[in-house]
Amino acid sequence: MDDHAFRTEGLVKRFGRTTALAGVDLHARHGTVLGVLGPNGAGKTTAIRVLATLTGFDAGTARVGGLDVVRDADRVRRLIGLTGQYATLDEELTGLGNLVLIGRLLDLRKPDAVRRAKELLDRFGLEDAARRPVATYSGGMRRRLDLAASLVGRPRVVFLDEPSVGLDPGRREDLWRVVRELTADGASVLLTTQYLEEADALADSIAVIDHGRVIAHGTPSELKRIVGGQAIAARPRDPHRLGDAARILTAVSGHGAERTSTHELVVPVDDDRSLFEVARRFEEQGIALAEFSLRLPGLDEVFLALTGGDNGASDRGAPTDTATARSRA
Amino acid sequence: MTPATPTATPAPATADAAAPRRPARLLRHSLVLTGRSLAKSARNPGAMLNGVLTPALFLVLFTFLFGGSVAGSTDAYLLYLFPGIAVMGAGLSGMLSSGLAINIDMKKGVFDRFRSLPIGRSAPLLGSILADVVRYAVAVALLFGIGYLMGFRVQTDAASALGAVALMLGFGFCLSWVTVFLGVLVRDENAVMGFAFIAFIPLMLGTSLAAPVDTLPGWLQAWAGVNPATHAMDAARALLTGTPADGSIIRTLVWSAALLAVFCPLAVAAYARRR
Ligand SMILES: Nc1ncnc2c1ncn2[C@@H]1O[C@H](COP(=O)(O)OP(=O)(O)OP(=O)(O)O)[C@@H](O)[C@H]1O
Ligand SMILES: [Mg+2]
Repeated sequence: MDDHAFRTEGLVKRFGRTTALAGVDLHARHGTVLGVLGPNGAGKTTAIRVLATLTGFDAGTARVGGLDVVRDADRVRRLIGLTGQYATLDEELTGLGNLVLIGRLLDLRKPDAVRRAKELLDRFGLEDAARRPVATYSGGMRRRLDLAASLVGRPRVVFLDEPSVGLDPGRREDLWRVVRELTADGASVLLTTQYLEEADALADSIAVIDHGRVIAHGTPSELKRIVGGQAIAARPRDPHRLGDAARILTAVSGHGAERTSTHELVVPVDDDRSLFEVARRFEEQGIALAEFSLRLPGLDEVFLALTGGDNGASDRGAPTDTATARSRA
Repeated sequence: MTPATPTATPAPATADAAAPRRPARLLRHSLVLTGRSLAKSARNPGAMLNGVLTPALFLVLFTFLFGGSVAGSTDAYLLYLFPGIAVMGAGLSGMLSSGLAINIDMKKGVFDRFRSLPIGRSAPLLGSILADVVRYAVAVALLFGIGYLMGFRVQTDAASALGAVALMLGFGFCLSWVTVFLGVLVRDENAVMGFAFIAFIPLMLGTSLAAPVDTLPGWLQAWAGVNPATHAMDAARALLTGTPADGSIIRTLVWSAALLAVFCPLAVAAYARRR
């Protein structure tokens, strides 16, 4: 048996004239999280639907837990939990009713199904709404119930398609904790997201897809390395001091500082000692700071560097350090 | 979300727990889904009334409009009319509800949820139709109540009456698969409704419902003669009022089996193919 929780090779899926997947390879080892990043229409949902046995495909292979998603669809369905991009709930049933229904369809006995449902409702902060029809739920509540629905059968492989869309920051933290608990229990997760911060926080490896192709794959830090080293970002409290601040940054780093639309200055630096020098000079000149940090480039920089922003520049050569600043703009 | 207690034990609750025999599982999953459908009906009983109100309306209307002229008296006519109306109740519920419910389900996310679960492909269809059978039973019981109030009495024995009810429900069950097939095939729920409505008139009215087939005009006689609903109505009449069956019971059973044999596989195949 192969030691991947799930694996696609050369996956091709066409819808009429649209090629949603043009040969996608995705894989994750047991107990890890694969983050799939990509702009709208990149093929993220299609890839998840293939792995979750919901959609057929035109070429390539897709396996979950070593099982072929077409030939062994029924056994694959025993292993997986899916939270799709759109809620898969019965609006007329209550939250409890939805989860119990799924438990019963997963062959739990009635009392076990009820117990499991209540446990999950508690875990996702829905105990008070448990007996209300889903039609009365807010967007974030539906999202959480949908997530709970995918976990009823304690799946070994969990597919989450943009799970944090519509969650407030506190709930997003909760979601992240749930994902971490899943992997701590040995489950594997495929998570698509537009929040690069989310992939960075959760994923053991990240695949960036665009136009139905994987254009980069690696650990979060590998991907960050593609874009370059560290950078100092500073935002003076008084926008009138931007010029002075930029002069200091340029003098210390030897690079031109990029100015972003949020009145932030970003400059690449060769080593972290520059930070202290910059701080000393800001203090000397009395420039008050709203934000000041030394950081690795964020995944959004990686993302923009790889996909070339709005259009097809993904074949651009090695991104330069200006990628950092440009993406901030 | 309450603080992290990693509740999940590593042993998966569902995976590989020596898969029980298939037909038993299919039936169990179907019954779970039947429960879902019935829970919704209980919450929203108005939708069910259609299967009662329309036949009840025909019952009252025909009895008082034609009772005198066709049978000489409204009481005698009620005896003739009622069994056909009861069949209409079962058939109508079947034509309207399942196909529509499936059609609407398939457009909602819950369809994806069912398909990502390890349940038989036909379970959602079978579950929905079994729920319908319960709903027809309710509709037929209500119609019997209305018939009783109007003066209809079973002329045969309890066993025959039960047989009549079973036959109606069986016929409705088999007829449901036709609309379920359509509900799966056609995307637009209005088209499903429209079809059911258009089919209703020749199927239920082009029969021996209001008057014996041999009194109908020639062209209608030809249709009514082959219409399965006519056989079902004749059979119900024989079982409830003791008129001669003339093979109508067998013909109803054969028709029902044929409808089931053709449309059940078609519906399941179409359902499995929809992605
Ligand atoms: N059922 C369908 N019929 C036709 N085209 C489809 C269908 N599903 C997806 N597509 C097309 O396939 C491509 C990939 O879609 P997909 O939904 O996988 O993108 P995505 O990465 O999930 O995007 P988003 O971030 O917007 O959710 C798009 O061009 C989309 O229009
Ligand atoms: Mg998507």
